[in-house]
Amino acid sequence: MKSFTYERATTPADAAGIVASNPGARFLGGGTNLLDLMKLEIETPTHLVDVQDLKLDRIEPTEAGGLRIGAFVTNTALASDERVRRDYGVLSRAIVAGASGQLRNKATTAGNLLQRTRCPYFYDTNQPCNKRKPGSGCAAIGGYSRQLAVIGSSDACIATYPGDMAVAMRVLDATVETVRADGKTRSIPIGSFHTLPGDTPERDNALDHGELITAVTLPRPVGGTHVYRKVRDRASYAFALVSVAAIVQRDGSGRAAFGGVAHRPWRVEAAEAAMPRGAVEMSNAVFADARPTDDNAFKIPLATRTLAAVLAEVKP
Amino acid sequence: MIFDTPAGTNPTDRMKVLGKPLDRYEGHLKTTGTATYAYEWQDVAPGFAYGYILGAAIARGRITSIDTRDAERAPGVIGVVTYLNAGKPGVGKFYVQKMLAAPEVDHYHQPVAVVVAETFEQARAAAGLVRVDYQRTAGRFDLAAQNGSAPVPPEGEFGGPNEKRVGDFARAFAAAPVKVDETYTVPDQAHAMMEPHASIAKWDGDRVTCWTSIQQMNWGTRDLGLILGIPKQNVHLISPYIGGGFGGKGTVQIDLALAAIAARVVKRPVKIALQRPIMFNTTIHRPKTIQRVQLGAGRDGRLTAIGHDSLSGNLVGGRTEPTVTSTRTLYAGANRLTRMRLATLDLAEGNAMRAPGEAPGLMALEIAMDELAEKLKMDPIELRVVNDTQVDPENPDKPFSTRAFVRCLREGAQRFHWDKRRSTPSAVREGQWLIGMGMAGAIRGGKIAKAGARARLDRTGVVTIETDMTDIGTGSYTVVQQTAAEMMGVAPDRIVVKLGDSTFPETPGSGGQQGAPSVTAGVYAACTKLRETVAQRLGFNTADVDFADGHVHSGNRSVKLADAAKDGDIVVEDLMEFAKLADQFQQQTFGAHFAEVAVDAYTGEVRVRRMLAVCAAGRILNAKTARSQVIGGMVMGVGAALMEDMAIDKRFGFFVNHDLAGYEVPVHADIPHLDAFFIDEVDPTISPVKAKGVGELGLTGVAPAIANAIYNATGVRVREYPITLEKHLDRLPALA
Repeated sequence: MKSFTYERATTPADAAGIVASNPGARFLGGGTNLLDLMKLEIETPTHLVDVQDLKLDRIEPTEAGGLRIGAFVTNTALASDERVRRDYGVLSRAIVAGASGQLRNKATTAGNLLQRTRCPYFYDTNQPCNKRKPGSGCAAIGGYSRQLAVIGSSDACIATYPGDMAVAMRVLDATVETVRADGKTRSIPIGSFHTLPGDTPERDNALDHGELITAVTLPRPVGGTHVYRKVRDRASYAFALVSVAAIVQRDGSGRAAFGGVAHRPWRVEAAEAAMPRGAVEMSNAVFADARPTDDNAFKIPLATRTLAAVLAEVKP
Repeated sequence: MIFDTPAGTNPTDRMKVLGKPLDRYEGHLKTTGTATYAYEWQDVAPGFAYGYILGAAIARGRITSIDTRDAERAPGVIGVVTYLNAGKPGVGKFYVQKMLAAPEVDHYHQPVAVVVAETFEQARAAAGLVRVDYQRTAGRFDLAAQNGSAPVPPEGEFGGPNEKRVGDFARAFAAAPVKVDETYTVPDQAHAMMEPHASIAKWDGDRVTCWTSIQQMNWGTRDLGLILGIPKQNVHLISPYIGGGFGGKGTVQIDLALAAIAARVVKRPVKIALQRPIMFNTTIHRPKTIQRVQLGAGRDGRLTAIGHDSLSGNLVGGRTEPTVTSTRTLYAGANRLTRMRLATLDLAEGNAMRAPGEAPGLMALEIAMDELAEKLKMDPIELRVVNDTQVDPENPDKPFSTRAFVRCLREGAQRFHWDKRRSTPSAVREGQWLIGMGMAGAIRGGKIAKAGARARLDRTGVVTIETDMTDIGTGSYTVVQQTAAEMMGVAPDRIVVKLGDSTFPETPGSGGQQGAPSVTAGVYAACTKLRETVAQRLGFNTADVDFADGHVHSGNRSVKLADAAKDGDIVVEDLMEFAKLADQFQQQTFGAHFAEVAVDAYTGEVRVRRMLAVCAAGRILNAKTARSQVIGGMVMGVGAALMEDMAIDKRFGFFVNHDLAGYEVPVHADIPHLDAFFIDEVDPTISPVKAKGVGELGLTGVAPAIANAIYNATGVRVREYPITLEKHLDRLPALA
């Protein structure tokens, strides 16, 4: 770990201002990902701005009939909130499918959106990795890629976004609220929050340096049956090989997003019209542009079969 | 004391304390966090510094330059140790790995430098400032690529001959009416114990004292002496508590070697714990094996031909993984060919991991037996029963000392309700779940080796036992306590046990499941001597005294045990040595493992529903710790069956998933109801205590039982471990 300086910000704009003015600065939330990455010198910030005093830790109703989730609401608090469990069950289920109780107590909503890939080559600083060190190459391509992306990847990067919570937020059409140093705010639809790697895999998302997430808003509930199905190599405490976040209505229509397959939660709205006709047809449309590796080609039939399991589960 | 004839009746047969499910002797220390593990000693080595190991960034080649100047100037840094100033470290006798790249790099993450600083954080930060340039050379990383060319190596110290023939295998196999000929692979597996390797080293002149985490003290002093170039008498190791080892801490690893080397260079005590991400590519692991099993049988199920050819790889000078060991002893059959071949690989060293040989060997053999049973339309248990033997199948003049294999099978079948199993695969479905049952036999050597102990009786009647045995979470303290209490006729709370110090009498330590039988035999010898001394002090005729209830009784006379020491402590020491009963008897432990699994028909995920082990291992010394050993082995077997796999990057030559997020082991949610049952038996040929080990038996046979259950559930045979979902997904029922 490199030496760094540390301070606690008092307002969101203040925090954004400090980080924006210092290229080596980073926000510190729950620290469950950043601190590990710093110990391994994958992340080497020179200054940490702790945002835990900003009081962005409440879940409030919005005028539109949805919920506004403060950036620093913990995963545990969010998953156990009565309104979330009642109206946005897919979100609650996705969160408790991830990490462990201890980690969820510490992890924040904003931090969860920002967790970095678990690509093993990203984690080994001896290996080339365009995400960790732009321009150094990608050791994962042609290497051990069983966990990695099957769609939306590029010749520079085949990493996946590893989280569960954002997959549920994607199917809920959540919006990420931010503030910048100048006090200006913006609302980023979750679908354009996480980026694809393209030629700039060092970027995980649409945030500018110093732009601070203040909240995630959920639109008014859409009803339906909420399912989060996570498939992994052991029963708990593992990242998804494939996950499906789905909301299915009584008439068989619905939405589904996939985790573990791409650099962002993967949802193809145009394919959802096929949901009533079954998993195979919908999945074929979702993964039409897939470019898997030999190691991870199984994820595509697995995603199809997992979607089929979800649809079978919700069948009245 | 020499043990040269099978044991008769002796005080351990009383079983007043032995055999009981006594709580762990040191359990309260562990549950309250007050047992001192290697890294936690605070005041033993004042002024200690922290060492941090920098591992090589390449798998094979050489260091062309090391620039340590920035690291040396970094805050708190005391020194940087590389091959340029480390002296010339030697190599121990059990591991062949070199502790430092000097300047040749033999495998990925091989240590190139140890940065020593005042704090851990300073050492770690400065390690990032060491600049190393390498010249890469091509390496050998793909075991399968050498399958055609790898030779049968000369016989090594362990594992027996690498090729053995009995009868005419080729002819018998060709003639057999029913055959199985399949290849199975078991991947590289990591010990992945909870406590990382850790050591503190402190020099005093030419003598070094180390607080460490090591399973075998006698090997540790020998090997550290060789590495440091000092007599083993000058090495003092202290290791009273060990947070798991599974063979991965058998003897000196890089933490201990480099702590001692660094302490010598910087002239300060040095403390090193291995960071988890370098453990996978630097310490030993269970090496991958590619195993071809050929079984030929008559229509009655009797095996006529047994062939097992196994390939493993290792660093130059490393040994073979002795996978065919159990194939040589488990089943009858007149014609046999077992062979182990060895490839050279430029990966971290392959070496002992819990049940080396037997665990991966049975992972192949016991699937093959399941396949044979299916071809014969026989129940898999009946197939094993008809091939039972009471003599060593390679050496019919040598009977098994005890062999309750069939009892294990029968008892297990009844307890597990095996009769409910449908022999047709894929016949039971509950909702989305495909349900199956499977079983496998288990065999593991019942080894024993010479072991000493010292016993002290004080005036309060407390008996203190000292041996260099270790407790790696197994229950050694407790079985030593129970043996001493039984021998001396006192309550367990009158016994003090001191383990894990190389200055104590020598034992083989924890390894090869020989620890418990060996050390208790040593305690038997020391306590026998103590009984004789006590009886003499008290003026008894030593032939007919009874030690019970804290007293010594003979005829009408009864004296408090403590009275024997009223004029001063009585201290005796003895060693149990073993004559050649192991040459007369084939000494093994046996078991049968049963598993029921559910496979998700959509996703292929496997969930184990229940498991049972029935074991026969001579006298069970403590019903609770033995059960814990066995169910711990069963958990490890779930890992081997379903998830554990050190993934190799064959281009760059390293284990890629080198942390506990990438290398998955079972978590609580993976483990269902587990039962372990012990057959009531004693083995008088092994020692006066009549006990064999169970620590490795609990693992052998578990993974193939699960594999066979998965086949029974799905009808898809997977011969490549671990059985992750993609290996059968495309053959599961089509989507409706």
